[in-house]
Amino acid sequence: MTVSILIFLPVIAALVVLFFKNETAKHAALFFAVAEFAIALLFLSKFIPDATTQFVVCTPWIVKFGIYFNAGIDGISMIMVLLTTLLVPLIILTTYQHQYKNAPTFYALILFMQAGLLLVFTALDGFLFYVGWEAALIPIYFICALWGGVNRIRITIKFFIYTFAGSLFMLVAIIFLYLQNSERTFDLHQLTSMDINAHQQSWVYLAFFLAFAIKMPLFPFHTWQPDTYTEAPSAGTMMLSGIMLKMGIYGLIRWGIPCAALGFYQWREVSIFLAIIGIVYASIIAFKQTDGKRLVAYSSIAHVGLMAAGIIAWNTIGLQGALIQMLSHGINIVGMFFIWDIISRRLNTRDINQLGGIAKVAPKFSIAFLIIVLGTVALPLTNGFIGEFLLLNSVYEANMVLAAVSGLTIIFGAVYMLRMYKGVMQGETNALTATFTDISGSEQVVLIIICALIIGIGVYPQPILHLSEAAINSLGQNVYSKLQLR
Amino acid sequence: MNTLILISVIPIVLLYLGLYKVKTALLPVTVIGLIAALVLAVVQWNNTTGPIYSGMMLFDNFAIAFSAVTIVSTILILLLSKDYFDKISSHVAEYYAIILFALAGIVVMVSFNNLTMLFIGIEIMSVSLYILAGIKKNDFASNEAALKYFLMGAFSTGFLLFGITLIYGASGSFNLDAIRTYVLTTAHIDPIFYTGIVLIIVGLCFKVGAAPFHFWTPDVYEGSPTLITAFMSTVVKTAGFAAFLRLFLACFTTLSTFWTPALVAIAIATLFIGNITALYQKSFKRMLAYSSISHAGYLLFAIVALGVGSANSVLVYASAYSIASIMAFGALILIQEQSGRDSFESFNGLSERNPFLALMLTIAMLSLAGIPLTAGFIGKFYMFTGALGHYQVWLVIIAVINAIISIFYYFRVIIAMYFNTADRVEVVVPGYYKFVLGISALATIIIGIYPAFISGLI
Repeated sequence: MTVSILIFLPVIAALVVLFFKNETAKHAALFFAVAEFAIALLFLSKFIPDATTQFVVCTPWIVKFGIYFNAGIDGISMIMVLLTTLLVPLIILTTYQHQYKNAPTFYALILFMQAGLLLVFTALDGFLFYVGWEAALIPIYFICALWGGVNRIRITIKFFIYTFAGSLFMLVAIIFLYLQNSERTFDLHQLTSMDINAHQQSWVYLAFFLAFAIKMPLFPFHTWQPDTYTEAPSAGTMMLSGIMLKMGIYGLIRWGIPCAALGFYQWREVSIFLAIIGIVYASIIAFKQTDGKRLVAYSSIAHVGLMAAGIIAWNTIGLQGALIQMLSHGINIVGMFFIWDIISRRLNTRDINQLGGIAKVAPKFSIAFLIIVLGTVALPLTNGFIGEFLLLNSVYEANMVLAAVSGLTIIFGAVYMLRMYKGVMQGETNALTATFTDISGSEQVVLIIICALIIGIGVYPQPILHLSEAAINSLGQNVYSKLQLR
Repeated sequence: MNTLILISVIPIVLLYLGLYKVKTALLPVTVIGLIAALVLAVVQWNNTTGPIYSGMMLFDNFAIAFSAVTIVSTILILLLSKDYFDKISSHVAEYYAIILFALAGIVVMVSFNNLTMLFIGIEIMSVSLYILAGIKKNDFASNEAALKYFLMGAFSTGFLLFGITLIYGASGSFNLDAIRTYVLTTAHIDPIFYTGIVLIIVGLCFKVGAAPFHFWTPDVYEGSPTLITAFMSTVVKTAGFAAFLRLFLACFTTLSTFWTPALVAIAIATLFIGNITALYQKSFKRMLAYSSISHAGYLLFAIVALGVGSANSVLVYASAYSIASIMAFGALILIQEQSGRDSFESFNGLSERNPFLALMLTIAMLSLAGIPLTAGFIGKFYMFTGALGHYQVWLVIIAVINAIISIFYYFRVIIAMYFNTADRVEVVVPGYYKFVLGISALATIIIGIYPAFISGLI
């Protein structure tokens, strides 16, 4: 049993879904996505949580260039695979109330994107990693541009060019590493154990960092993000924020830092500083937002900034925190965007000032919303808490002042999130919000699953931490030893 | 070698067929003849005995591979021509004959082993192209294109010939092997030899349309009938680069410190001029013309990074580029015929009017932009790897910036097709267009996913 099943099933599914009718395509897509999740769970059940890479597939692809179809799952990848395969069916389920034009194409693109994402999260070959990286980008571009809002064309091309630019520099870095090693291979293990000088590593790190910083996004490369999140169809926003931004964080953990450890060391202060600036900056802007979707978009920049800072601090606690926070953030943000999807679908507005008092007319909805808000603001016993706690701990070890500043996120986050909740749900019910009907059917299913995960992971995170522990320790040590050799 | 003979004989047959008004037989005879020529070329694979005709030509694997690519591209273009030529002229046989004469010149260009043959090949090809550019006799733009092309072409041939003369003056031979021996064994190479190299670079850059010798390209491409433009920007460009590479690989490899800076400068200028000008075009055809200039820039990378892998890189890149361009020009012909315009707006809402054509054109644009899983990406990957291998880091970074710029204009077409609303009726795609577009799209994706079967050739 190799990981190729996991990668190719969505591709086949995407092709199959294309042949369905408008009304039935979503059922087919959901079926395949759930099947994919079941396979991921099967992998999980056979997974041994040590530092090894398992379920490896390694077949020659372009022999002349030493390119192999080389992919596998270790503890770090496992979490990402779980995240992707869990969220995609949920995201498909959130679209059940929508009537999309050309629905088969829509769902095929989502499934195809899933394949690209899984390729990124499991690739052990630099070339393959790059191919997956782009294979995830093309579908989301079309999803946003075909089914997005009014300004979608201008905004999505900006998004595309931004990310494409970053990834091309990453490609140059990967080719450079390939040319430097004597074996002429793109193999991850080889690329990370090479002996190139600090000056070259510094450029390699910068190229990687640019690609990842744009993808996450970190300040000052974030300008594509709020617009794209706002204009994209809600399923697209969920794919982008729930899974795709994790490509950047994962890339940094798996490729950027291990391939250029010395370069990372030189740019560490700058990188962590950018991450922290992003946290504060995005939090402040989030205060001022009245558009709910936009507010959540900015909150995402703040959260991702903290994840990046925790990784750049580079210790095992931070890495653990980042991994579990990626999972939690994915779940929370999908829930949050779904909440706003429900509101805007019913009331045709996302303006917080026009809303209020929904709690009185929709109790079930208000409970779900509250749990997701609490998860997002990292209340203890919710999933957000463990991750943020570990991440802050890690930043603290690196620099106390920075930790204090980034600790503000939790406070800021609580302020703008709870204010949002208050504005939307509490207060007097007005003429508009009185028409709000409570959630039902597929909406209920999605929100129940999300709330259960938020509380479940929050109360008992140990299995997930255990899953990645060995892999993280080994990766962390690997980079440490390179820095000490210096 | 039989390939060349066959390709030279078919046009004569075609002219007779035209004389006896057997119009329906023209296309089948051409295509079958070309397939036969292709087969004759391919059977010689790995079966080269050395230079033939007193060392004038060498039909090695390099020559076979490039002959095959150019022949296949020509077949694809000719398949698109079924009704096209009938509409613009009553002397259809001439078209086929002249295109095949040009192809004969191209086969000479990719298999020369002597500078005189290089010259003769280029001239056979160019003279045919001058006629083809001006073949719409009553069309002002077409006449202008032909005259411009002829004047510029004659000028550049002058440079080339002058360069060949100087090299002959220094080395005492036209033969590539003798010139190589001269370069390798002479301690003090004569300055006029270097001058000769510079003049040859100028002449060849004219032919492949590299900046700053590109001024003829947009006007000629725009004025010529679209199908001829397709031929010029794909087959002819491939041949030009094959000849360029063959000459430099054979003779000037060891002098690379002398000519590399010049070529790097030319490549950078070509990339920027082609890309930035393409951004400002309103006509799709003119955009393709400028984008073809920028692709010449990428192709120059292979010569900058001259080495064993260069031939392969050019082969892959040129095939990917040719296939995608043929698709783009094919779509353009249909749109032009049915809407009478070639602006970006005429593609508006094509996804509604004809989803198949829109999808094909999207694949072509993605390939030209170099997005992974298409052939264009593999081509770019080869070029970047080659250049980085020669420590041309800055050149690659400039190429990356240009690749980003090119997204703007390639995606303009995609945006027009998918996101702008339809303002006209459906577009009809004839069966043979579907065939050519389908085959090309398939080839683009296959090369993109599994390039091994084309990349290991030479």
